[in-house]
Amino acid sequence: MGIVKDLLKGLAVTGRTMIGTITGRELVTRPYPHVKREKPQRFHGRHVLNRYPDGMEKCIGCELCAGACPAECIYVRGKENDIDNPVSPGERFGYVYEINMLRCIFCGLCVEACPTEAITMTHLFEMSTTNREDGIYTKDELLMSPDGKVPHMFPDDPLADLGELDTADGWVRATAPGGRAAYQGVRMWAGTPGVGDWSPEPSQEERDRRSGDG
Amino acid sequence: MSDTRIVDFWVAGTEEPEFQPTDEGMQEIGPEDSGRRLDEQYGRVVDDDYVFDDEVPDEERMILNMGPQHPSTHGVLRLQVELEGEIIRRSKPIIGYLHTGMEKTGEQLSFMQGPTNVTRMDYLSPLHNELAYSLAVERLLDIEVPPRAQAIRVLMTELNRISSHLVALATNGMDIGAISMMIYGFRDREMILEFFEKTTGLRMNHNYIRPGGVAVDLHPGWKDDIDRILKEIPKKVEDYHNLLTNNPIWQARTVGVGVITAEEAVGYSITGPPLRAAGVEWDIRKVFPYSGIEQYEFDVVTGDNGDVFDRYRVRIDEIVESLKIVEQVTDSMPKGDYRVDDNKVTPPPRQRIDESMEALIHHFKIYTEGFRVPAGETYVAVESPRGELGCYIVSDGGARPYRMHVRAPSFYNLQGLPIAMADSIVADTVATIASMDPVMGDVDR
Ligand code: SF4
Ligand code: SF4
Repeated sequence: MGIVKDLLKGLAVTGRTMIGTITGRELVTRPYPHVKREKPQRFHGRHVLNRYPDGMEKCIGCELCAGACPAECIYVRGKENDIDNPVSPGERFGYVYEINMLRCIFCGLCVEACPTEAITMTHLFEMSTTNREDGIYTKDELLMSPDGKVPHMFPDDPLADLGELDTADGWVRATAPGGRAAYQGVRMWAGTPGVGDWSPEPSQEERDRRSGDG
Repeated sequence: MSDTRIVDFWVAGTEEPEFQPTDEGMQEIGPEDSGRRLDEQYGRVVDDDYVFDDEVPDEERMILNMGPQHPSTHGVLRLQVELEGEIIRRSKPIIGYLHTGMEKTGEQLSFMQGPTNVTRMDYLSPLHNELAYSLAVERLLDIEVPPRAQAIRVLMTELNRISSHLVALATNGMDIGAISMMIYGFRDREMILEFFEKTTGLRMNHNYIRPGGVAVDLHPGWKDDIDRILKEIPKKVEDYHNLLTNNPIWQARTVGVGVITAEEAVGYSITGPPLRAAGVEWDIRKVFPYSGIEQYEFDVVTGDNGDVFDRYRVRIDEIVESLKIVEQVTDSMPKGDYRVDDNKVTPPPRQRIDESMEALIHHFKIYTEGFRVPAGETYVAVESPRGELGCYIVSDGGARPYRMHVRAPSFYNLQGLPIAMADSIVADTVATIASMDPVMGDVDR
């Protein structure tokens, strides 16, 4: 009798889950290309090259991102700015900027390395292509337009969610304090068109609070 | 013997002795034993204590290849088994199908970039890999990470242990035919992966634990997420007990199957759940505590028989123990810095870059050249979900390791497979493999 009882106990678990799934109470999957998962703020997705609110490019062509990249997938060439018609506020700007997305491991070290927050990550993760050339993103695809719109490889795709490109990743913000508690919650970067001025993550006190603690 | 024939053992940090080629160590293959030796190397003959029974007709003997593309060998493990009818007499795991030279890659990457590489070895417990690497580098640097970083490291690695054990239970269930267990295991692991994603931005291969601390503080509202995990997982564990532990079919398939005794386990350097299931109380967290894990209360779970069932029980009970640690860490999370304040090792806060030229220079130095680590060598081990995961680093004083070696628990545990499978029936193979929980990325590196 004991054997039957133990078997039934196990079947009760499967039965309960089955009913929960049919009624949708315990449903954990979603019809993916049509319904997308909400991604956390720090999600590592496709890169974007930012501009300052006045339309200037943030990249100064310093190649720090290329040096930090463990997959060696960034290629940058800087060029002197034309004094009358500068592209970036500094002396130099990123003349060539390429990321080979086929090699990128989305570690985020380039974002951490960039001294001007020129390169950040978005929430876009659907980057499959049908040929290898399309895997190499150049400045045309990476650089946002002066109004903050980021180019999408396939803007006409009915399943593409262009909003994913507008969501900047919080990684740069998160690493900004560099591990020092005193710098948490302090704003320390320039705004970006489109995304606007990012607000800092809360201080440690607030971060460690439970929502129930009032 | 002349002096030139001896190549001095080189000590890191000293001048490397010039290599003198000698013919010492060359293998002489004599004409009479060369055939035998080649046969051994190619696996055509095996030296062991197996005695052929002449009573068994030849047509009942066969050699069967399982894998490397076999769904239940957990990645690309290939097994050559010698069958006598339905009984496995001998078996030989063949590895190397996932070898990507990651230890060598580690010598090309600076200490700053290193975690991106090691995290990809054992992909089910990436944070343990990062922790072992970071602890080794920190020991060479002789730095002490702040208490909050240590607590975050313990919190994240223990959560990682739970998620890894959930996959182990899931695949173990799937291999024996309990498909529901597979679905439940992966479903419940999602809760922990979501937590990781919120904090690190990635679900796996986080590049989160770095030499000097952790990359970033926990996400706002993390305590609520931990509370949810602490509330949900015990319920799920209860379900697993109802589904499998007390299930007579599950017991019939696992009790007494794939036994590894304590002596065998110790003899083969098996660590982790397979060792503890054999009744040996050995846990790196207790014997060589790291990251302040000795402050937290937990028990080392052991089994009695060392069979598939005991290994399963040890994993399930370790989930509960890890939850205890997670709860204690959450309640006692210290405040303060989460990276050492050492400009030579960690980049400065972003605001300092704009204020101070020196900070900018440090930032540039760290992200281009990396940081230099004093010459020396060290070995640090942590208790990964699969056993003792150690990292051995030799530094010659540069910004890259001169040599990096990882003691991968799956590799050693896999060596126990032939003894666990000897004289068992074919149907038990997959149960035994799954219970060793090998991760081929960890084995081959
Ligand atoms: S995310 Fe990592 S791999 Fe990708 S481009 Fe940036 S540094 Fe390179
Ligand atoms: S993206 Fe940043 S790090 Fe890379 S070249 Fe431009 S300014 Fe330098």
